[in-house]
Amino acid sequence: MAYSDKVVDHYENPRNVGSFDKGDDTVGTGMVGAPACGDVMKLQIKVNPSTGVIEDARFKTYGCGSAIASSSLVTEWVKGKTLDEAASLKNSEIAEELALPPVKIHCSILAEDAIKAAVQDYRQKHAN
Amino acid sequence: MSTPHFPIYMDYSATSPCDPRVVDAMIPWLREHFGNPASRSHAWGWEAEKAVENARAQVAALINADPREIVWTSGATESNNLALKGAAQFYQSRGKHIITVKTEHKAVLDTCRELERRGFDVTYMDVGPDGLLDLEAFKAAIRPDTILASVMFVNNEIGVIQDIAAIGAICREKGVIFHVDAAQATGRVDIDLQVLPVDLMSLTAHKTYGPKGIGALFVRRKPRVRIEAQMHGGGHERGMRSGTLPTHQIVGMGEAYRIAKAEMHEENSRIQALHDRLLEGLRGIEEVFVNGHETKRVPHNLNMSFNYVEGESLIMGIKGLAVSSGSACTSASLEPSYVLRALGRSDELAHSSLRMTIGRWTTEEEIDYAVKTIRENVAKLRELSPLWEMFKDGVDLSTIQWAAH
Repeated sequence: MAYSDKVVDHYENPRNVGSFDKGDDTVGTGMVGAPACGDVMKLQIKVNPSTGVIEDARFKTYGCGSAIASSSLVTEWVKGKTLDEAASLKNSEIAEELALPPVKIHCSILAEDAIKAAVQDYRQKHAN
Repeated sequence: MSTPHFPIYMDYSATSPCDPRVVDAMIPWLREHFGNPASRSHAWGWEAEKAVENARAQVAALINADPREIVWTSGATESNNLALKGAAQFYQSRGKHIITVKTEHKAVLDTCRELERRGFDVTYMDVGPDGLLDLEAFKAAIRPDTILASVMFVNNEIGVIQDIAAIGAICREKGVIFHVDAAQATGRVDIDLQVLPVDLMSLTAHKTYGPKGIGALFVRRKPRVRIEAQMHGGGHERGMRSGTLPTHQIVGMGEAYRIAKAEMHEENSRIQALHDRLLEGLRGIEEVFVNGHETKRVPHNLNMSFNYVEGESLIMGIKGLAVSSGSACTSASLEPSYVLRALGRSDELAHSSLRMTIGRWTTEEEIDYAVKTIRENVAKLRELSPLWEMFKDGVDLSTIQWAAH
């Protein structure tokens, strides 16, 4: 199977790889997928508490090249976005940007789930 | 270290390149010697028939069988179909139970599914964590109405060698017809059908440096085994498989098997040394596991799981190295390899496997390059892997509630 140039670029030069401290109040963590399915994504956002803007993001992904590329792309996209903007990200935008074939659409869905889970985690921390 | 020419072929169990000697032997039978081996009325037919019979003797010689026990087919898939459907149909008045193994090739498993649809009852045996069939369990699975058992000689994914002699002896004792898929075995292990109690054996050319599209089924004469034809027509191959014989393909298979018989022992010791070099180079990596029994396997195959690294992404990284993953992630299905699942491997390990198969033209330089690129990419992908991070933090992954998707 041939990968698109953008998938290959993100796979070979993944952006924002790493981890933030999960316990940090300004960090939201989303972990989605399952080893049984061959994909696990961990996506973290660092939020400015006064503005509600995502200032930084990190990811780690176990999965195929398209899964790695989808999560790498999302960390780039969410920087500078508000929580609402980040949570409204659509998997179709990711799939389109990376030219994912139909069998890899689930990778973009997982990346959407991951950012939503990270936003939700941050909001839960600040619910009170 | 210099970088060898790309690509490096390490997928010999998918198919092997044709030996140049095989190609040379085939060409004349496509050019001037084009006759139909069934033509009895002129020289073109006579010489083609002679070539076919010569090849039949070469194929029989590799497995120490009688040439009259060889039936030409299009390959191992057809041989498996002919053996299983043919024997099941012929012996169905004796019973309707068939035994096979969960790690068989799809050509056996899917044929068994079809036989189930036709009213047969099939038992799919488990294997141990080493990929081998438990003989006592096999014996216990045989019922009074069991007519047929099918066990592969060498597994295509993990390379383990089943104890065909012992399984065959049990079948003989119980009066069960025994079929063996030997597609991955020819030229890799010694096969002596004067000794092995096997009734039907599937063979193919293209895993043993012959052309694709040609294979054979061994059908034992003493004691005689009967099968019903699945392909009807001109009554070729003593009525067991009709269809004009492809002389060039058959000559190619004969030559490939002749070479295998002449060179396999020397070749296998060379490949064993390469296998050991590859294994030594990779086993030092943390959290790496060999899939399948470590010694009861052909040296051509090394199947390893690199824990916490997904197989497809690893293959994407080690470009220039043509290998395959046990993970079927490239298809629409997200199922990991059913063979590795049958060994009881965890989901992570089953998704993290690499099948490296080496052969006649693999070099030490290629092995060293493979070790280097695999090591680099495993390290890189682990830096990216949340599972690796959790493992390093001492988290037991089996205790986590995953949201399966």
